[in-house]
Amino acid sequence: MSDSATLEAVSVDQDAGDFVYPEDYEHDAGYGLSEKTIDYISEVKGEADWIREFRKKALNTFEKKPNPTHWATKDLENIKFEDIRYYLSKGQRPTRTWDEVPDDVKETFERLGIPEKERKFLAGVEAQFDSEAAYSNIKEDLEKEGVIFVNSTEGLREHPELFKKWFGKVIPTGDNKYSALNSAVFSGGSFIYVPPGVKVAHPLQAYFRINAENFGQFERTLIIVDEGAEVTYMEGCTAPKFETATLHSAVVELVAMDNAKIQYITVQNWSNNVFNLVTKRGVAHENAEIRWIDCNIGSRLTMKYPGVIMKGRKARGEVVSIALANDGQHQDTGAKMIHAADETTSNVVSKSISVGEGRSTYRGLVHIPKHLKGCKNNTECDALLINSNSRTDTYPAISVRGNQHATQHEASVSQVSEEQIFYMQQRGLSEGEAMSLSVNGFVNDLVREFPMEYSVELKRLIDLEMEGSVG
Amino acid sequence: MSTETTTNTAWLSSPPVKGDQQDMPEWYTAFQAASWERFQSLPVPSRSDEAWRYADLKKSRFETLQPAQSATAPSVEPAAFGEACARFVYVNGEASVAEVGDLPAGVVCQPIDQAIASGDERLKAYFDVEAKRLGDEKFAALNGAASIYGLYVYVPKGVELSGSISVQHYITGDSAPVFPRTLVVAEDNARVSIVETYESVDSDEPGLSIGVADFHADRGSQIQHVLVQNLNEHSKQVHLATSRSGRDSNVQTVVLNLGGAWVRNESLNYMLDSGADTQIFGANLANSHQEFDQRTLQVHDAQHTTSDLLIKNALYDTSRVIFGGLIQVRPGAHHTDSYQSCRNLLGSDQAEVNAMPGLEIDADQVKCSHGATSGQISDDEIFYLRSRGIPADDARRIVSCGFLNEALSKVTGSDLRDWLEGLIAKKFDQVS
Repeated sequence: MSDSATLEAVSVDQDAGDFVYPEDYEHDAGYGLSEKTIDYISEVKGEADWIREFRKKALNTFEKKPNPTHWATKDLENIKFEDIRYYLSKGQRPTRTWDEVPDDVKETFERLGIPEKERKFLAGVEAQFDSEAAYSNIKEDLEKEGVIFVNSTEGLREHPELFKKWFGKVIPTGDNKYSALNSAVFSGGSFIYVPPGVKVAHPLQAYFRINAENFGQFERTLIIVDEGAEVTYMEGCTAPKFETATLHSAVVELVAMDNAKIQYITVQNWSNNVFNLVTKRGVAHENAEIRWIDCNIGSRLTMKYPGVIMKGRKARGEVVSIALANDGQHQDTGAKMIHAADETTSNVVSKSISVGEGRSTYRGLVHIPKHLKGCKNNTECDALLINSNSRTDTYPAISVRGNQHATQHEASVSQVSEEQIFYMQQRGLSEGEAMSLSVNGFVNDLVREFPMEYSVELKRLIDLEMEGSVG
Repeated sequence: MSTETTTNTAWLSSPPVKGDQQDMPEWYTAFQAASWERFQSLPVPSRSDEAWRYADLKKSRFETLQPAQSATAPSVEPAAFGEACARFVYVNGEASVAEVGDLPAGVVCQPIDQAIASGDERLKAYFDVEAKRLGDEKFAALNGAASIYGLYVYVPKGVELSGSISVQHYITGDSAPVFPRTLVVAEDNARVSIVETYESVDSDEPGLSIGVADFHADRGSQIQHVLVQNLNEHSKQVHLATSRSGRDSNVQTVVLNLGGAWVRNESLNYMLDSGADTQIFGANLANSHQEFDQRTLQVHDAQHTTSDLLIKNALYDTSRVIFGGLIQVRPGAHHTDSYQSCRNLLGSDQAEVNAMPGLEIDADQVKCSHGATSGQISDDEIFYLRSRGIPADDARRIVSCGFLNEALSKVTGSDLRDWLEGLIAKKFDQVS
């Protein structure tokens, strides 16, 4: 892999997402949400009846569930569900060759840094433009090995026998209000199946974008990795800036069969008006491993608690999380570890940085039920406060039954020491550069967990965020 | 939820007030009436209430509550923690012993109902200033509406009381609730220590105590409050404590839970001026079906304030322990140093621990950390002790006692510590 070429290929910064194209959507379900919207989506997508039923049931659940404001921020009440467009697309089928991709979409990808040459480095690229995948490509050798990498519409249509079994099972519709919303209006997202024993060498990658005002994006991702197989999936997001709030509410389900490994990497950099309310959860069977590597830099409010249900003996779950909250942002992130079998182990490492009036929150759940043996959990949360009006919260909940387990949780809050800054300034760095360097040092051991190109991108994003945070 | 509310607000049709209540000043009867109204309007704790997360709500419901009747005093041994400068014994809320020794001039140490009736203006200023609770608003209101009893202590400027004030509460009779209230005011540089114990007269009568305690520590003062709950295995207790510490003052609260079927402790602690320091220590030894539910709050409202919380739980059989703690550093409370730690030792496969240590930080230049752990005695530790000739059962007991005693290691007063450790050791005899 050529480093500089990859870097150039995937570099995403906030400014790159700061542009808008004329809207000319062929299919548009209008504003607001009703059974009609769902019928419309189902017809456009040509979906089977069971999916339409599934959507309608979910709509019912969504309408019944209250916003969880008894524990979450009241900011959720500012989401105007009736002002959101729940579906629009170019009405296009995912294209297989670069030439078929429309020009303005291409331009977007160009600005995002997903040019043609990326195909050389990545096993498959599926970039989502609004609701439908506009571009999707898998290297032939992966196809030969039987790896399926398609969007959700195609997955349910072409491979119902594979995906129906797990669809909506890891995260049931009624899990929370926003998973119900997603279940009602989902479109886009990736469906991946890796057959037994296949180890996908290159990370599979998808970029998501929001490009219409008041448009919520509801992608649905389901990744099934069969026995002994391995895959790494990466998603990165940027969104153009708009005046009114946008809603992004995804559902991501992972299934790791016996001895399988899944690594799911996210770099989230939505613009500061996006509500990012995402439900992510994986089931790990015997001796399987699921790792969530999660980085939240953008959005107005992110609520995301990746979870792992360790269902088989010796299953492992891990969440590595970095959150950066700047003025006007609230990063409410965390992890959920459900131990449901003997000798399962989980690890949560979370680092958050609050800049200006930003607020970062860690919310965690560790659950070890009765009659299990040898479960272990380790949780570490570190928070860094940059300015005097920055805010950070930690709300873990640890529930352990029985005497054959070990759990530990630790959290600390600190700030960049003045001596450190002084030391660096003395050696010719500006205060801002010094602060940036300090913050990068704080998250450095986690950033190393990311693939190389992402970690470089992350560093750049942190530098951008730290600009103007001092002085 | 609405049906739940209506059925459960109907625990009581009239306030739990005794017929022979003495003449009270108008402000107090008004407070009682307002509390009763508040009690009636407040909903009972419900599933969706974060302050009751993990709690067994059935245990916090009461079918009927009739105020405890007068009872003949049992023979009571003084609590053996060393020298006491005053001693009170209450049986079902009535004082059977009130011995106040030779206290320094200006110190007030008397039953709180008498103090109110006597028209003590200072008491009025400090009475029930706390409005916030951690989910137990309804219980606090019920306490306010009930016939009051308990202790009022006022220590004037510069007076240091030697020895502790001992208050022993006894409950007897079937399902009889008592509503104690403790109010402690320490003026500048004063020092006072209070030790309260709760016990049942009979071993199989379910009793109930719903208590409120308020501590006000002025500049440079020191208040120590020790609460030992050793009711019988059918009894329940709700205890809501609040401390407010001023400049350079120190408040130390200690809770030891040994008995009871269901116990809910709330501890709200406010550090209001620079140099204020609060220590919150708890040791809980739970076995059988016991449930201990502890919620704490450490509020840092000024610069250079410190607090330290250490709660240790040892659990056996099917017992449950819940810890919900929160450190709040308010805007501007820079240079706060705050610690919160909850450690759990699980001694059976059926025991359950729920820990929710929380932090809310709104200032920078702070040092805050919290930790929660759970685990069991390691085989290595047992092996080590056995290899030195100690039988396995004794080894387990030694390690468990040592584990709990650590929570008491910073308690001021070695006699007090020895006494508390002795109580823990005694309970362990029932455990294994």
